[in-house]
Amino acid sequence: MSTAEISLMAHLMRRAGMGATRDELEALVAQGYEAVVDDLVHPERFSRGDPDIIHPYLHGPLPEEPSTDDNEDILLRYYRGIGAPGSNSQAKWIFHMVNSQRPLKEKISLFWHQVFACAPSKSAHPRTNRRQLEMFRRVGMADFHTVLLELSKDPSMLFWLDNNENHKDEPNENYGRELLELFSMGVGNYTEEDVKSTAYAFTGWSFVQPAHGAVPYGKWATEFDFREADHDYGDKTFLGVTGPLDGTDVIEMVVDQPATARFIARHLYNFFVADEPPVAAWNEIPPQDPEAIDTLMAAYYESGGNIAHMLQVLFNSDFFKNARFAKVKSPTELVGNVLKLVGTYREPNPGMDRYAQATALMGQMLMSPLTVEGWQTGSGWINGGTLNERVNFAVEEVSDPDKPGIRAIIDRLQARNGSALTPEELVDGCLDLVGPVEVEEDTRQELIAEAAADGNIVFNGNRAATDERIVNMLQLVVSTREFQFG
Amino acid sequence: MTTAERDPVLVIVQLVGGNDFMNTVIPYTNPLYHDVRPGLAFSENEVLPIDDTLAFNPHAAPLKEMYDEGKMAVVQGVGYPNSSRSHFRSTYIWQTCEPDTIATEGWLGQAIGEMDPDKENSLTGVNFGRGLPQSFVSKGVPVTSVADLDNYGIMTSISDPDRRSLSLERFKNMYAPVAGTGPVMDYLSETGQGVLSGADDLKRAPAMYKSDVEYASNPLAKSLRDIARVHLADLGTRVFHTSHGDYDTHSRQEMTHEQDMVELSRGIADFFQDLEEHDAADNVLMLVWTEFGRRLADNGSGTDHGSGGGAFLIGNMVSGGMYAEYPSLEQPKLANGEDLAHTYDFRGLYATILEQYLGMDSKPIVGGTFEQLSVFN
Repeated sequence: MSTAEISLMAHLMRRAGMGATRDELEALVAQGYEAVVDDLVHPERFSRGDPDIIHPYLHGPLPEEPSTDDNEDILLRYYRGIGAPGSNSQAKWIFHMVNSQRPLKEKISLFWHQVFACAPSKSAHPRTNRRQLEMFRRVGMADFHTVLLELSKDPSMLFWLDNNENHKDEPNENYGRELLELFSMGVGNYTEEDVKSTAYAFTGWSFVQPAHGAVPYGKWATEFDFREADHDYGDKTFLGVTGPLDGTDVIEMVVDQPATARFIARHLYNFFVADEPPVAAWNEIPPQDPEAIDTLMAAYYESGGNIAHMLQVLFNSDFFKNARFAKVKSPTELVGNVLKLVGTYREPNPGMDRYAQATALMGQMLMSPLTVEGWQTGSGWINGGTLNERVNFAVEEVSDPDKPGIRAIIDRLQARNGSALTPEELVDGCLDLVGPVEVEEDTRQELIAEAAADGNIVFNGNRAATDERIVNMLQLVVSTREFQFG
Repeated sequence: MTTAERDPVLVIVQLVGGNDFMNTVIPYTNPLYHDVRPGLAFSENEVLPIDDTLAFNPHAAPLKEMYDEGKMAVVQGVGYPNSSRSHFRSTYIWQTCEPDTIATEGWLGQAIGEMDPDKENSLTGVNFGRGLPQSFVSKGVPVTSVADLDNYGIMTSISDPDRRSLSLERFKNMYAPVAGTGPVMDYLSETGQGVLSGADDLKRAPAMYKSDVEYASNPLAKSLRDIARVHLADLGTRVFHTSHGDYDTHSRQEMTHEQDMVELSRGIADFFQDLEEHDAADNVLMLVWTEFGRRLADNGSGTDHGSGGGAFLIGNMVSGGMYAEYPSLEQPKLANGEDLAHTYDFRGLYATILEQYLGMDSKPIVGGTFEQLSVFN
């Protein structure tokens, strides 16, 4: 099994999930790259695999897509959390991202969460917002038509962009405008009249509190409600077509637009392949790899906008395989990667909330993007405050040699090199087992200088001393500039 | 040293969650106030009257003292058109001065960039707290964020001081810029080096500090004491930032807001006393702001998100008093039919500080020309 194969698989698993342990990487490489991609885009082949242990006992067998939040499962017991509203949902989501057997399903949900930025801070019902995440899990890899239709019926989105205030006599354009500008075609591809028509087409798309009574704590999630009496049934003109259009018609026309295909292609590229400039600049700055965008657009057309198919094409492409470390890790990716690395929280344990807090301190409070435009990604994640948090978080997490993932690294180093490790072997071994991380030669030389200061590591039974030196090296590796990239 | 020789310093205190301005500076003789706040109104004999119409919150006596000494300006009804009721969005608007579009450039970050165009001192702007407020973010402007001044910097979890200092040395070398590694690597180098050099300088501050002022024991008091220590160490910091509270008093407001007022007023008073004792107050202006005021009517035990709020400017250079207009409590004049409307645009307040106090052009930072206040001596 070559280093190149391991590196490529690690790259795939970082992008399609939160990374993988070395044992997992070896098993995946043995399976073959394209077969792994095929499994990733077919999550239905895998059980949820994460511990809804209590659910079957209380509620019978798990449904195909069980609600992860409204059931009193073991996660809810542990991650109730205190502090910010919904912090337990954030921690639970991170837990799922790290442990799910369907990692791409969680990752594509994070993708849509960034594209369709929506925050519960504006919702009276936190459960409603958790439903949005479940919707992303359910349809996130379906065709884009389904995604947009579900989004347009999602109560937290309807509330966030005021569509419940969009009445036939008093239209509110907020959702209609963002649907065209931020969620599909992008600015410059439609007229103001199209925006007005879209607003009218979505009049009456609202939500309602279900009538089956109160629950002990808080309210039920709200549900989509089409209010016929509040819907404008008159003629409207959208993209040159006139008729009694409603929201469904608008979405059907939108998904057929080349601008939509290009927009989704570039979003997927930006999230899964390499950092692009901020979305607001996409009209002025062309894509860094126009051919890649063309390839993804072709995948969109040939599959009727199927996201799973686009992802399969993307992951199997050379432009993807050649884009290792071409993205700054988002805070959620950094935290997820580090958790995978240290091997803790493979089962629910108390204290998971602090990982949700960690992403927030690094500038990404999940389920609370500041604006409908989402987070500033790429180098936008980095400033003095957030870099300090990122480095300190990773350094502290790898400090304990008895965490399962750290112990596994130490054991592998010893098994590989027998009784002693030269400084080069220590550095290259740590870089390899943490990622593999690819670093500048200057960085590597600095790490070697550190290792050389204390000479060879001799595995002579003084485990504490050996552990300390390896932990020290791991701490330096995770504090590098290169580790900030994923 | 006289004031003229010292650079003006700005201290920002952000009240997080939306301070209830109407129960901070209280229209205590207005019958409407008592009508709409059956659960939360203070009676006339509880409040600390300023004049016949307005009074300070009973738990904010130190603020009243500063006001009486003429060092505090109350900017009433400060806000912006179509105020957002989202904490995040409204805070972001105040931090970036962009109510309509999305901007990432923070107003303080831009001001810091003007003060230190050659990026000579990453301590020109220092935030006390974790993470970084958006107001401090400006592309290419290094700023510093300190969670704990006594244990600040990179790799603070490494407890052995020798090992930590060795690791920091390695970190510094690994973050040395390498030609040809691309703009993001360069930016990481610059940012990492900025954090390190800031930490080196900041280490000096605690050792130099001696004071008779006993601050209270709460996070705001701790942050204000940290600000005093860094200011007194003369490290070139021109803009300090910290935040306070949970002002999001939807329920049990009586208890929470009382604690907020006690901590805030005592903290600010102790801070200025500390600076006075060291003859270091004359070049320090404090701005206290919040993202919005709260709903006119109470909801029984608290208040929901509103719009027009209030801000304070405090310092020896301030000509104390009431500025702008107290928002009307009359139904027709309310925003959204239920909030105190804003009477003064926060961008005018920023322009006042930027132009008159810091001596810089405010237009590019606040995005236009807004009415300024005559608030300085």
